[in-house]
Amino acid sequence: MYDVVIIGAGVSGCAIARELSRYEVKAVVLEKALDVCEGTSKANSGIVHAGYDARPGSLKARLNVEGSRKMAALSRELDFPYKQNGSLVLCFDEKEKDKLEELKIRGEANGVDGLCILSREQLVEKEPNVGEGAVAALYAPSGAIVCPFGLTIALAENAAVNGVEFEFGTEVSGIESQECGYLVHTQKADYETRTVINAAGVRADEIHNMVSHMKMKITPRKGEYLLYDKKAGGLAVHTLFQLPTALGKGILATPTVHGNLLLGPTAQDIPEKDGTDTSREGLEQIVEKAALSIRHIPKKDVITSFAGLRAHITAYACEQEKDGGAKGDFVIGEVPDAPGFIDVAGIESPGLTSAPAIGEYVADMVKQLLGLREKAVFTSRRKGIPSMSLLSDEERHRLIKENPAYGNVICRCEMVTEGEIIDAIKRPLGAVTTDGIKRRTRAGMGRCQSGFCNPRVVEILARELGREESGIRKSGEDSWYILPSKEGGSL
Amino acid sequence: MKKADLVVIGGGPAGMAAALSACEKGIKDILILERDRDLGGILNQCIHNGFGLHAFKEELTGTEYAARYIDMIMEKRIPSLLNTMAVDVQGGSPCVVTAMNKEQGMFQVEAKAVVFAMGCRERPRGAMNIPGFRPAGIFSAGTAQRYVNIEGRMPGREVVVLGSGDIGLIMARRMTLQGARVKMVAEIMPYSGGLKRNIVQCLDDFGIPLKLSHTVTEIHGKDRVEGVTVSRVDENLNPVPGSEEFVKCDTLLLSCGLIPENELSQGAGAGMDDVTGGPVVNERLETTVQGIFACGNVLHVHDLVDNVSREAWQAGAFAADYILNGKEDWGEAVRPKIPAKTKCTLPGDRDLASQLICIGCPAGCLITAEKMEDGSLLITGNTCQKGEDYARSEMTAPVRGVTSIIRVKDGWGRVVPVKTASEIPKGKISACMEEIRAAVVQAPVKIGDILIENVAGTLVPVIATGNMPRKP
Repeated sequence: MYDVVIIGAGVSGCAIARELSRYEVKAVVLEKALDVCEGTSKANSGIVHAGYDARPGSLKARLNVEGSRKMAALSRELDFPYKQNGSLVLCFDEKEKDKLEELKIRGEANGVDGLCILSREQLVEKEPNVGEGAVAALYAPSGAIVCPFGLTIALAENAAVNGVEFEFGTEVSGIESQECGYLVHTQKADYETRTVINAAGVRADEIHNMVSHMKMKITPRKGEYLLYDKKAGGLAVHTLFQLPTALGKGILATPTVHGNLLLGPTAQDIPEKDGTDTSREGLEQIVEKAALSIRHIPKKDVITSFAGLRAHITAYACEQEKDGGAKGDFVIGEVPDAPGFIDVAGIESPGLTSAPAIGEYVADMVKQLLGLREKAVFTSRRKGIPSMSLLSDEERHRLIKENPAYGNVICRCEMVTEGEIIDAIKRPLGAVTTDGIKRRTRAGMGRCQSGFCNPRVVEILARELGREESGIRKSGEDSWYILPSKEGGSL
Repeated sequence: MKKADLVVIGGGPAGMAAALSACEKGIKDILILERDRDLGGILNQCIHNGFGLHAFKEELTGTEYAARYIDMIMEKRIPSLLNTMAVDVQGGSPCVVTAMNKEQGMFQVEAKAVVFAMGCRERPRGAMNIPGFRPAGIFSAGTAQRYVNIEGRMPGREVVVLGSGDIGLIMARRMTLQGARVKMVAEIMPYSGGLKRNIVQCLDDFGIPLKLSHTVTEIHGKDRVEGVTVSRVDENLNPVPGSEEFVKCDTLLLSCGLIPENELSQGAGAGMDDVTGGPVVNERLETTVQGIFACGNVLHVHDLVDNVSREAWQAGAFAADYILNGKEDWGEAVRPKIPAKTKCTLPGDRDLASQLICIGCPAGCLITAEKMEDGSLLITGNTCQKGEDYARSEMTAPVRGVTSIIRVKDGWGRVVPVKTASEIPKGKISACMEEIRAAVVQAPVKIGDILIENVAGTLVPVIATGNMPRKP
């Protein structure tokens, strides 16, 4: 009998798992993919929003600001990349300047510190390459950027170290209500549990509807992105938003924590829950709109494009929804007609920012429900994989002398060594796919996009996992790289 | 700190030639830094022939070409550090190279001069902005080439190749010989970027269609590639609506251009040339940073390795001169002569019965072979004897050389590159490949070893074109 089953190993599920692991609790995270961070958490802007967007008084507003305040300390505690670079909301029309003022007032109501409105001159001083049409901006010094993979993986590893179980390749197929709790069915096994936390991202509606009569519908809102070479990373210093439009925050341009330039996202409601394909129109739209924010975006420096799906709730037959109160807000709480079943649904932007706060908020809820006690020993700190590319020559030398595998460069673009790749495999919840290696070490994330390192990463994975190379996957079960020997493929 | 007269960054064809040339000029203390496990660079995966016509006056495979240079490096006892990555280079007097490997950790070498010979990399999918999903099964042609020719692994069954540069054409044939089905080669330009002879011997020979003015406009499949949409493009290279065609495949190979790999050059502060993608150099192939020279594909992308070697030979000599005689006035920038981009469109209206494209060398002459009344052939259009010989044989009994790999037991690697010792009848290619694919040989294998004595009853042996030492 489990105390808690968490469905979904995205950033919300992992944050909740980590916070719950402070308590004496038997918990398991069920994830249908082969790794953590395989859904929306891997394909988003990587932004820590300051918190001026959400409606004051909403859960979004509260958790956003709380999450944003916690993120810096958490990044030190769990060792993931974070940088407070500040954000700017650009205004391109003199007549719209009052909208910046509105945002500022809203932000202040939400408790965002240090907001101020910049004139064109002040703006250019802060952001030298800003588009010529930008007439003013709202500056939020607490705006920041974070590695979304680093954050999610760190939370998950720390949860695992503190005793939370993780089951991958385990898709929930049904949930039965029982006398004191739930029976969660998967293809592999059934899980009896006192409580369920539904953190299933774009599929949270399907999980919710398994237990509740108050039906929910999530319509994925696709966001496409373009990622540029680190050469272009300096074109934007701050995270540059454009004044919001009806469909969201518009196109942003931001440096990433690793020094690339990221443009996007678009916003398009789609029916398919796995429609993460990019489109010609979407990518063209990004370039066109981003050109307003920054000048001289070099076309040839694009290294990849991708799309993520925001979990946007389009219908939820509950009380608050009828008064319009909860519209557009996160839905976090016990489902009224399903005691012990907690929804963490509609976690669209600023979900990544809010994750640390969502973790605490939901863990506290479960603590109340089950009367959990704190553990005597909780390991709060986690040390990440050393990143050879970021170390000094002395530190590199010391590491190579300790373990020569750190001297063997596998990914030349991002300078990732065999030692780091082996670490990524051997850690708690270690990588089993090349995407898992990529998100833990950045091997294959650089300008050649794994052209050189792919065969070697596949070889190392096979060796360390004791598998045939033909058994190594990119991410999903069918994402093979090379044919099995029996087909005469492996010669 | 270690010291050397000359440090060469990269042990491919450019680096080896530069080192040899400097050695010949009297530089004794040379060190080559190579990031891979062998010298030879990308030539080690180029098991096809067509190399060395200028440098050695004979047709070699890439691996044989590399082996000749490696032998010379060994003979001159020029030291090299393998599996060693140069991470930083600073110019001046002296230059300082920072590098790392497993054995020595981080180390620095003080050098009187440095030659950059890092080569180039392939343009990835992202740089082409092909929309769609991001499944496994999208490889740059060079990655697939490494999988097949070095790792001995097949990366797919049904293949579409985007881009008709030589690597794309070569890989279309390579995948076919190894048992895959290549559905088409799509090329966005109205002409191919590859050599005519490669279109003939890599595509035409195997009935692989070349679709000019076509490109991949969408990639399908979430886990593994399940197909691609191929569309025709207009004169502005924009896809023409309504021309989309779905092509089922599990693999997309990209052969869409090469980019000089200049991160070290930029780190050293070398001035860069937007046209070549490489560093700015003067007539002595010296970059704008004192003591640093550049040659090969890091300087600009070359069409033939023979030209890389020639340029590198000069760079090595200039570096030697600099070491021996000191700094000269930098002078002015000289852009290396970039070969005019091959715009290869095979004459579409050629009479296939009598007009041939010669595959004897990269020139790809259009030859006419007319049957005379007395039964003899009148050959015109050829520019050398090779063309005449080719046309005669092609009209009567066409022959081809076959290059591939053979499995090795107990070797360092899984496979060794091979070729037929001479050409075999075209009709025997598939029988020959069947024998080659079934064969397993025992390590060690030495270049030139006969591995199959009489392949497919042609009386022609299959010989090793590379070495494969025995695993201790």
